[in-house]
Amino acid sequence: MVMFTLRRFLQLIPVFFGATLLVYFLVFATPGDPIAALSGGKPMAPAVEAALRAQYNLDQPFWIQYGLYLKNLVTLNLGQTFSGQDVSAVIGRAYPVTARLAIMALSIEAIFGVLFGVIAGLRKGKLFDGTVLVASLVVIAVPTFVLGFVLQLVVGVQLGWARPTVSGAAPWNELLLPAIVLGLVSLAYVIRLTRASISENMNADYVRTATAKGLSRTRVVVVHILRNSLIPVVTFLGADLGALMGGAIVTEGIFNVPGIGNLLYKAILKGESATVVAVVGILVIVFVVANLVVDLLYAWLDPRIRYV
Amino acid sequence: MRFSRTSKALGVAAVLAMSLTACGGSTGGGNTGTAGGNTSKAITANGTEPQNPLLPANTNEVGGGRVMDLIFSGLVSYDAKGAIQNELAQSIETKDSQHYTIKLKSGETFSDGTPITAKNFVDAWNFGAAAKNAQLNSYFFESIKGYDKVSAEKSTLDKMEGLKVVDDTTFTVDLAQPESDFPLRLGYTAFYPLPESAYKDIKAFGENPVGDGPYKLAAGGWKHDTSITLIPNDKYNGPRKAKNGGVTFTLYSSPDAAYTDVQSDNLDVLDQVPPSGLQNFKTDFKGRFVNQPYAGNATMTIPSYLPEFKGEAGQMRRQAISMSINRQQIIDKIFYGNKKPAVDFTSPVLDGYDANLAGNDVLKYNPTKAKELWAAADKISPWPAGKVFTITSNIDGAGNKEYITAMANQIATTLGIKAQLNPIATFKQSRDLINSKKLTGASRAGWQADYPSLYNFLGPLYGTGAGSNDGDYSSAAFDAKLKEGLSAKTVEDGNKIFNQAQEILLKDLPVVPLWYQAVQGVWSNNVNTVEFGWNGVPLYYNITAK
Repeated sequence: MVMFTLRRFLQLIPVFFGATLLVYFLVFATPGDPIAALSGGKPMAPAVEAALRAQYNLDQPFWIQYGLYLKNLVTLNLGQTFSGQDVSAVIGRAYPVTARLAIMALSIEAIFGVLFGVIAGLRKGKLFDGTVLVASLVVIAVPTFVLGFVLQLVVGVQLGWARPTVSGAAPWNELLLPAIVLGLVSLAYVIRLTRASISENMNADYVRTATAKGLSRTRVVVVHILRNSLIPVVTFLGADLGALMGGAIVTEGIFNVPGIGNLLYKAILKGESATVVAVVGILVIVFVVANLVVDLLYAWLDPRIRYV
Repeated sequence: MRFSRTSKALGVAAVLAMSLTACGGSTGGGNTGTAGGNTSKAITANGTEPQNPLLPANTNEVGGGRVMDLIFSGLVSYDAKGAIQNELAQSIETKDSQHYTIKLKSGETFSDGTPITAKNFVDAWNFGAAAKNAQLNSYFFESIKGYDKVSAEKSTLDKMEGLKVVDDTTFTVDLAQPESDFPLRLGYTAFYPLPESAYKDIKAFGENPVGDGPYKLAAGGWKHDTSITLIPNDKYNGPRKAKNGGVTFTLYSSPDAAYTDVQSDNLDVLDQVPPSGLQNFKTDFKGRFVNQPYAGNATMTIPSYLPEFKGEAGQMRRQAISMSINRQQIIDKIFYGNKKPAVDFTSPVLDGYDANLAGNDVLKYNPTKAKELWAAADKISPWPAGKVFTITSNIDGAGNKEYITAMANQIATTLGIKAQLNPIATFKQSRDLINSKKLTGASRAGWQADYPSLYNFLGPLYGTGAGSNDGDYSSAAFDAKLKEGLSAKTVEDGNKIFNQAQEILLKDLPVVPLWYQAVQGVWSNNVNTVEFGWNGVPLYYNITAK
């Protein structure tokens, strides 16, 4: 298993460079001139324009730009934004906020998703099952921004139970509302996955054996059915963690969360390669690690799976 | 000194002809509705993350601008109506609109206690103009003698010959040519002074500036992407003395989020109602909103390099397009009546604005005349069969797409041609197309004044070779009028000539003026009436908490 983990980390290296190269090229290839946008349509002295171009290496061909970027990366210098701030500092401010939001959203979908999914799966065809199925269908069908704006207006403005937007420090309690919005859609998927998996495994031979052995119903459900049913759910949650860590542009926008999604969106619009590539680079690492954790969880959930 | 609307022209003239002396009191900006407010409580307002370090010559957008204007003060500032009032200037004298002698009030200091001297101004302006410092606003100094040398590419010079320190409180400015509206510019961000300490580490200074305005940055006040906290500067003695205990700007990435915050009293002042709120803000905020014009307009550029729009036929086509746009209908349907159709190239909040310029009927909806003109143009050189008239615009900002589509439909219906929006994903991409003169049709344009002056709406936009002349318009007659207006003895005389220049534009229509911009602002239950300025920015220093 140690070899397996090590191998996965070694795979990270080509994936990381491939992804940064690709993203750097994509930002480079998007039409438009970042320096022209900096002036906001007002005039700019030619000398100033030339100086800015040189400062961000925008006067160089693509391979030199990327090479200079890599050179800086080796010395852990992620470059500067067009406002002259260090990209590492900018990401350092935004990432903790996004991480908090992602953890909360993931907890909500994991806990409630599995719980509702198990109950619905065990009581297949009953009232609870039907209600959950319809409700999850509605949540999946409604776009996130509708959900976000409605919750913000009702809970934040009309009822006044929570701040409609997240204040500067983004504390846990203020992130609850956006986390719910963010988690709701995936919650619906987790419920459906769990339910399907549970109801399938309920009729498996080992479940009948366990019941025949005289094990209590709780033990049969929790240890035998649930554990074996969680593999697809864990796969889904792992992938979702990566997606959540990438920031949620829509939700962050609605609740004014100063997270990575907002940062990435603005950087893409401005053509700020340094920021975009740095964020994507971190995301690559997050995805690879999340996938690794999921793979290791497989072995724990299903002892038949072994890694060498 | 605070001028009333009617005496403004007179006052401006006084700046030039004689000298402008400061009133003794500092409460000149007195205001209705603010009496009895809590002057020690801080207020909150919406903002956006400044795009550049907070340096006077490097702040060219509203996110940084609204902060800079509070933590700095220059020689003059603008009151609510856009009239200039003395801040640090004791007097600004000139006899020929080209050579200025500027005297400072003595005893004024920066917020750290160091005295403000003439050298602080001269050094800051030289710093801003020099190419080696790459400041975005450097072109603001272009009228000063010697700018061409310091601003040349790779130039290492950083002293303009036109600026001379006479003594601690006096300096002289020589311009390359007479410019009667130069004193009007001096309240703009680029012209603020910098303390000596700034140059030691200009980058660090831009993060944590020390200024001389009615407010100063609180310790660690700029939390990037989150908030900017300002506290009153007790060293400040000018006309904009803070009437509250501070201003905290909450930085938003979208005005929608800010709008819900004001609705729930989590934010005190919002100066930009989002498009989604335009229909209802007057009822959502009964008695707590403004809707007033500010010094900005929206236009559509029809570049002169387009083959279909050259010569006499081109002129007729531009006029036909202008007359086929029903501005009022678009304003009513899309902006819920919150704007006014344009009847000139400037803005009604400016001194010298004239709503009755000869030839401005070309800006009125007249489908019959439009069809006639289009047909007449077709006789000279026919419109290419199947050619689509496109209007290029970035669509990453809210609200552009809707009105341009409506406008294209009106043009198409009236003139019987194909017309459509040419949507561009990002602002940088559309700017690139415009700057590199690669447009194949019209483009969305507009102007927000840097300082309250007619010339600011004309010179930089339509002068031959001017920096923001996106359509490559060139008219010798217009250029001559601009020059004549600039060398006028007074701003008032100048404005008359600038309006004559506008009449030339009304014939040529290098851009099609659409409407004047208006600010829709709202405030919470926690503050008293908020007054908005000539540029659409709230007078933060005048706001009192309840």
